[in-house]
Amino acid sequence: MNMLIQFIQRAVIQGTPLLFGSTGEILTEKSGHLNLGIPGIMYAGAISGVIGAFFYEDKVGAANINPLLAILIPLATSMLGSLLMGLIYCFLTVTLRANQNVTGLALTTFGVGLGNFFGGSLIKISGSDMPAITLSTTSKCFKTTLPFAESLGAFGKLFFSYSFLVYVAIIIAIVSSVILNRTRIGLHLRAVGENPATADAAGINVNRYKYFTTCIGSMIAGLGGLYYVMDYASGIWSNGGFGDRGWLAVAIVIFAIWRPNMAVPASILFGGLFIVYNYVSLPGMGIEAQELFKMLPYLVTLVVLIITSMREKRESQPPQSLGLSYFREER
Amino acid sequence: MLGFHVVKRSKDATPWWIAWLIRIGAILLGALVCALVTVVLTGKDPIYVFTTMVNGAFGTERKLWSLLQGIAMLLCVSLAVTPAFKMKFWNIGAEGQALMGGLAAAACMMFIGESLPNWLMLLVMVVTSMLAGAIWAVIPALFKARWNTNETLFTLMMNYIAIQIVSYFICVYATGGSGKIDVINASSHIGWMPSIGGKAYLLNVIIVLALTVFMYVYLKYSKHGYEIAVVGESENTAKYIGIDVRKVIIRTMIISGLLCGLAGFLLVSGADHTISRDTIAGRGFTAIMVSWLAKFNPIVMILTSFLLVFFEKGSGQVSQICGLNASFSDVITGIIIFFIIGSEFFINFKIMKNEKEGK
Repeated sequence: MNMLIQFIQRAVIQGTPLLFGSTGEILTEKSGHLNLGIPGIMYAGAISGVIGAFFYEDKVGAANINPLLAILIPLATSMLGSLLMGLIYCFLTVTLRANQNVTGLALTTFGVGLGNFFGGSLIKISGSDMPAITLSTTSKCFKTTLPFAESLGAFGKLFFSYSFLVYVAIIIAIVSSVILNRTRIGLHLRAVGENPATADAAGINVNRYKYFTTCIGSMIAGLGGLYYVMDYASGIWSNGGFGDRGWLAVAIVIFAIWRPNMAVPASILFGGLFIVYNYVSLPGMGIEAQELFKMLPYLVTLVVLIITSMREKRESQPPQSLGLSYFREER
Repeated sequence: MLGFHVVKRSKDATPWWIAWLIRIGAILLGALVCALVTVVLTGKDPIYVFTTMVNGAFGTERKLWSLLQGIAMLLCVSLAVTPAFKMKFWNIGAEGQALMGGLAAAACMMFIGESLPNWLMLLVMVVTSMLAGAIWAVIPALFKARWNTNETLFTLMMNYIAIQIVSYFICVYATGGSGKIDVINASSHIGWMPSIGGKAYLLNVIIVLALTVFMYVYLKYSKHGYEIAVVGESENTAKYIGIDVRKVIIRTMIISGLLCGLAGFLLVSGADHTISRDTIAGRGFTAIMVSWLAKFNPIVMILTSFLLVFFEKGSGQVSQICGLNASFSDVITGIIIFFIIGSEFFINFKIMKNEKEGK
């Protein structure tokens, strides 16, 4: 029982970066843009947060840090970093109408490179005397949990034991879902993603919607990177540590059939699949079989992808103009 | 309103030399931004940075060969993905397809052992590698042809499944407790590509060059190439003129996979002589940009892959000398690619001033 609770807790923690990433990607895809740059944006969000926290800790010293500023500064720099990444993507794909797949892949190369580059060279560039990027003080601020969680037993552990960014992720996902399905802005946004020409004819500013949602989506995704370093990795940057989670976030979009609220359980499930190899032990199973269990998230995505394509349900299809750039005069 | 609007140029309206001027201008502009970034980060003067880059790419004979090998390998994967892209089949699974090819080659070297003569061994390896790559590529193609399953995400997932399979084999056959597989057949050199005139990579380069010519002819002059182009332009047209779209999709992906498998073979047999998760080193993704930047023209791809590998090796040298992280080259490559991607707009569209109201 204890192990199960621990497993679910871990799954939620693993799932949170994925939830940020997939919510961001869903919003972007709803505007008709397949942003394959999400993995890079998540790296950029992570490293921008690290840079902010690094300079703050370096300046005032780890001992006299203001907890509120220690959270706000990385949060702001992280969002700024991923916003810039989103703007690069938007400028190329919306304004210059470049191919989205190529732009996205280039953005991922760039973003992952940016993360690992600054992660590996920040200390040298800034001339600081820190031996490595260990922002444990900042991380402690990020990791603050509700005080009464421990006293509520299993229930508290399951629902209240997480740091604030976990709840932020869930709230963002649910709010996005409501906006998409229940408001006029959401309706317009969906129209832009389904058929921009029609939306344009109805007087909707297509490019503005595309820019706003892609940039907001990028900022949300970037928070996933920030959560990963500050909470999961306890403020210690290790190059390549974030791994392929960005691509998993892209995969969850399909699993959640383009619904942010569905991304919440989907992310937790994928978080669980991501770590399930630690928990499975069959008789005669060696350590090498763990490598096969690590395939699970990808296999599950494939199965979902195939099933949704076979069923051809209209509700579970991607936005119709996904991946196509819109040019008003081309009709 | 703004004082200008954007007009699409009709296809091929831009003369080729203007198009190339625009592209070269974009690369120069990108290089300028890269230089700026480098100067800011390292504090060295731009001339020094530039000479370091050139040195890093061409400085010694060894570096030159490493550059050539880098170009050949990237080009090989790019050639492999090109027919599929021309068909608008977004295969981003070249990484996995090549990795499976590499795994097959490494498995042959390990399990057939040293009982075969080298030429027969190499033949067996080529065949199994290409088959492995083709199998990995045809699975998404079958689903795409039958149920129109999204190939971008399908092939992406296949990458990670391939990587985990390789991890599994590495776990099982790791040498000692090192967690990786050592160079295979280090003493007998069975299954190693022979070096010509003492140049280990020369054969690789020759094979890829021959492949480039083959792919150019295949795409431009063969019936297959024509069918690929029509399916890529419009599936409905293809159906109308009696092309079996499903067959073309599956056939083209098999070719794509065969060549990816070959790339994996060349990397394992011709360079690394072992297999690891990073054998392909992201080339599967970079290849997409190489192919797209060259507008799917295999000959131009020599140029684009040279460009990317040059920046990679050059900025690698800069980061090494300045004590910066090696990922610096990814940042530089990213910036250059952004500029080239952006430049396409000025080739395909033109910006016109608005005429005055009431005219």
